[in-house]
Amino acid sequence: MHELSIALSILDEIEEQVQRHNGAAVEAIYLRIGVLSGVDVQALRFAWELASENTPFASSRLEVERVALLVHCPQCDATHSPGLDSIACPRCVTPEQKIIEGRELEVRALELAA
Amino acid sequence: MNAPPRMVEVRARILKENDILARGLRRRFEDAGVTVISFVSSPGSGKTMLLETLMSRLNRRWRVAALVGDLATENDAVRLGRACPLVKQIVTGTVCHLDAKMVSAALDEWKLDGLDFLFIENVGNLVCPANYDLGEAMRVVLLSVTEGEDKPLKYPLSLTRQTSPSSQRWISPKRATLISMTLGRTLTAFVLPCGFSNYPAKRVKGSMRRLRSLKAGYPRLVGRRRSKLPRDTWAAKSRHRASMVTMHTKFKTQLGSTA
Repeated sequence: MHELSIALSILDEIEEQVQRHNGAAVEAIYLRIGVLSGVDVQALRFAWELASENTPFASSRLEVERVALLVHCPQCDATHSPGLDSIACPRCVTPEQKIIEGRELEVRALELAA
Repeated sequence: MNAPPRMVEVRARILKENDILARGLRRRFEDAGVTVISFVSSPGSGKTMLLETLMSRLNRRWRVAALVGDLATENDAVRLGRACPLVKQIVTGTVCHLDAKMVSAALDEWKLDGLDFLFIENVGNLVCPANYDLGEAMRVVLLSVTEGEDKPLKYPLSLTRQTSPSSQRWISPKRATLISMTLGRTLTAFVLPCGFSNYPAKRVKGSMRRLRSLKAGYPRLVGRRRSKLPRDTWAAKSRHRASMVTMHTKFKTQLGSTA
């Protein structure tokens, strides 16, 4: 969907971080992207190529960690990882589950050249 | 020799800028005492029509305003402007959704204190708007009959809670009370309130009650007008109504299996 604007937000975030670390070169960028974040990793990689062109980060590696869905059932007080088609609790079939993980869309870490 | 690279923890949400802005907006709305409801749907499902109906009815008792998002043209603002004078178009250019920054910019010259309701009509799109919190108290997903009853299955992201990660819950079929509205003559849409934020639940409930009291329930409407309609119109309406009821049941079933 809007992977390009997300790639641009990533650029902003990294620029801010790099300034804090005296402009060190970035070897790799570690992202965490949940399955429910609405971001397609391949599309993001493509958008990243465009967004990072002519920036100091054009050669940085993009390491993406896909975060699976993890929900908590308030009835059974248990967690489970359902698929995207139905997240109802497998035990009590309560449909309303609290999403603990799966919506992540974050820059987790940067690998800087020494 | 090269020294080994070093790792720096960042842990920054990528869309944090939008989230921060949206939080600010939500506070501003709460302080001003205005109930903000946004509408999300695919193009052509009847957001503007629903708003036209809603606003012209709400106008009698409440002070209402609307922001409408589209990639181009001010057509929707012109249409809504007939129902209510306080309408502003947000032209997004190439952007497929509204974000908190656009809403905040559009509200710059508005005084919110005098308002009861503010409606935000998002760009017709069931995908991208799901990621952008606009500070609204309630997000409503509109599904029209002609789109097909499996919309809730096809677009799960639009039907989950928005805002802060701690409050995200999958929509429950119970909470997603389906309100069918007859808009104009032929279009019937199903309104799914979802994406409740951390907004005071009481206020949201009150607003929903007000909105519900305004709905034109299709069966009642037909019942009242039956005698006045020519027979073939009645037959057409009756068929239409039967398909509405089927569709309503189907939506409910789909929601059940989604949730």
